Amino acid sequence: MAVSEQADAAKVALWNNPRFRALLSQAVLIFAIVWMGYEIVTNTVSNLERQNIASGFGFLENTAGFGIIQTLVPYAEDSTYGRAFLVGLLNTLLVAFFGIIFATILGFIIGIARLSKNWVISRLAAVYVEVFRNTPLLLQIFFWYFAVLRAVPGPRESLSAFGLFFLNNRGLYMPAPVFSDNAYIILVAFIAGIFSAIALRWWAKQRQIRTGQQFPVFISSLGLIFGFPIIAFFAAGMPITLDQPELSGFNFKGGMTMIPEFASLLLALTIYTASFIAEIVRAGILAVSHGQSEAAHALGLRVNPTLRLVVIPQAMRVIIPPLTSQFLNLTKNSSLAVAIAYPDLVSVFAGTVLNQTGQAVEILLMTMGVYLIISIITSMFMNWYNARMSLVER
Amino acid sequence: MTHYVRTKDAPLLPPPASTTGIVGWLRENLFSSVTNTILTFIGLYLIYLIVPPIINWGFLSAVWTGEDGDACRSEKVGRAVGACWAFVEAKFGQIIYGRYPVEERWRVTLVYVLGFGALIPMVVPSLPYKGLNALFLLAIYPVVAFILLTGGNIDIGTGFWIGFAVLVAILLGVAFFAASVAKIIELRDGIKGVAMFAVPFAAVVLVSSADLGLAPVETSLWGGLLVTLVVAVTGIVASMPIGILLALGRRSQMPIIRLFCIAFIEFWRGVPLITVLFMSSVMLPLFLPEGVNFDKLLRVLIGVALFSAAYMAEVVRGGLQAIPRGQYEGAMALGLSYWKMMRMIVLPQALKMVIPGIVNTFIGLFKDTTLVLIVGLFDLLGIIQLNFTDPNWSTPSTSHSGYAFAAILFFVFCFGMSRYSIFMENRLDTGHRN
Repeated sequence: MAVSEQADAAKVALWNNPRFRALLSQAVLIFAIVWMGYEIVTNTVSNLERQNIASGFGFLENTAGFGIIQTLVPYAEDSTYGRAFLVGLLNTLLVAFFGIIFATILGFIIGIARLSKNWVISRLAAVYVEVFRNTPLLLQIFFWYFAVLRAVPGPRESLSAFGLFFLNNRGLYMPAPVFSDNAYIILVAFIAGIFSAIALRWWAKQRQIRTGQQFPVFISSLGLIFGFPIIAFFAAGMPITLDQPELSGFNFKGGMTMIPEFASLLLALTIYTASFIAEIVRAGILAVSHGQSEAAHALGLRVNPTLRLVVIPQAMRVIIPPLTSQFLNLTKNSSLAVAIAYPDLVSVFAGTVLNQTGQAVEILLMTMGVYLIISIITSMFMNWYNARMSLVER
Repeated sequence: MTHYVRTKDAPLLPPPASTTGIVGWLRENLFSSVTNTILTFIGLYLIYLIVPPIINWGFLSAVWTGEDGDACRSEKVGRAVGACWAFVEAKFGQIIYGRYPVEERWRVTLVYVLGFGALIPMVVPSLPYKGLNALFLLAIYPVVAFILLTGGNIDIGTGFWIGFAVLVAILLGVAFFAASVAKIIELRDGIKGVAMFAVPFAAVVLVSSADLGLAPVETSLWGGLLVTLVVAVTGIVASMPIGILLALGRRSQMPIIRLFCIAFIEFWRGVPLITVLFMSSVMLPLFLPEGVNFDKLLRVLIGVALFSAAYMAEVVRGGLQAIPRGQYEGAMALGLSYWKMMRMIVLPQALKMVIPGIVNTFIGLFKDTTLVLIVGLFDLLGIIQLNFTDPNWSTPSTSHSGYAFAAILFFVFCFGMSRYSIFMENRLDTGHRN
């Protein structure tokens, strides 16, 4: 038997042997990649030498010499390029963080509204989704920035709300909280509230297992989490005061400022991504078969517990993976900031720093690396979640 | 004896008036409960807030014609001015053709007409000659469009033809070797194969380099809808084959090929398109040998094609994964080679299944073409944005009108495509699911 197999194997010509073919095609691929890599490196090195551009990451230590209009960490014109990188990265993360929160809230509202039995509401939601999903994000950013926020009046004719908020073409001015020495008590009370809510939930569950009686955990947790800090606020003698913005000279002083670039980018990202999230939410809820809620009703669950215990957990299984990829998209889309000069990573680092130093390779690799790391972390989370949530069948 | 049991059917009564007709529909859909009624009124109030101002702005108080910005300045007209459509009208040529020379614009028009003329019979399922049409769209049309738009007459040089002749000779040698020594193919098939690659390629190059009397037009003069369509269509057409290859590679048994495909796909999907465009405009020139210089539009096209190929690969992979194992095993049992199995059994089913995904990728790409304005190409949005700086037309409503027009154009394209994908999805649904 073994002999005839060997004889058969010998009869097959080398180029018809699948293993040889596999090895050959992979060898060709490796050769092509190495060759291309070699060409690219030698060309780049000679091009850089010819144009007198330095290479390496030493430039990160050099002085940047340009200002940035929004910085979360201390930064001045004499800071280094490395510091500018950090400022840009933090600005990207800031707009992505708030964008994700607002887009999720708005997207869930619109998605549920699209499923509403109310004809007017569901039509309105459908129109919202179609309009904002089918127009380019960049167009929306331009619209909010150039056509809306740049068109509001100047500082002297600011639009004001309650005498606390002022909107003009330099930005949105808000009162800023000022913390005095014993303000930390409020934070402590807040954390204590969270822990006592967790403890209450545990106790309520134990009691329900023991006696079958339910306890209104949600309302009382809200009371604990927000009640404690409020009590602490008054007990500590109101340690937080508001610093109000006031018109002085040509602009407002004091308070917090939201620059129009940030506001329009955040607005556009939120509205655009929410239209995608709405569709995801709708699809997720529709994916839970009708029999599930019927069965829950048959077991005697009312509408709210049916939603909370049966429909939503199953819908979340469908919703979360595409939702995370929308979060990732939002983060990547925040790079459109460069079009309206919001100082994000791409605008500051791949824009200004690149123009000043000319070190395109290093700077673009670093910029792309940041986004790659974010996306790898996101996909790792998604794989973990899928593995945890996937239905175990047979 | 009296019967208390009915022997005849009772007459059918009409349904209660409150459950039928307009009243029934209103009760059912708008006023079924207190919350619902409140929601209805909130919705109606929102409509009242949004719709009348838009109609007033866009139609009632809009300016439809005018020579220059004065027509849209309310102090000159003496009334409140809404949208300034006169601006769009004045700049319409630029929006469609960019800064393409006016006397050569017929070439762009011809490209549009040919493209849409061939596309419409392609997308309407009931029209015949799909195969010939596809051949025209994918093989002949790109060459025609290229020559018409650039003017053809590209400078090739004799070096190219010498290299081409050497390449053909090498390929013929390989075919001869494979036929006579290795005996895996017939000599005739080998020569046919080489000819099938070499003849069309030579023909395309020959036509493109011939002087057809068309004035050359630099790509820096292209703009508006032209650039948007060129980038989007090239991106999608180029990304299809690359994406299919990448998807097959990602599911391959060969570890190095699989690894390469995964790395390639994940890299492009992990970075924003802007960085890709920056890369193609500042990094790509560094990679090329001294003296070789690519056109800016071409560099952007390469970046966009690779970027969308990665997305396309994931869409196609979804389709490949949805094909049951039995299809692969059946094809192998019939003795089909890998490529025949893929071409005749697996890919037709897989691609059909992912048409919505492909259309969605295309819609995304179409919207993303606006990003090319960041690297200095003037697409539809870019050219409108550029025209806001025209001092003749600097009126308060110019930018609103321009953005509104761009939004309407993009909306019509994208919404149309998404409706078409839903239509195709229903048409191709064989009912095999579930």
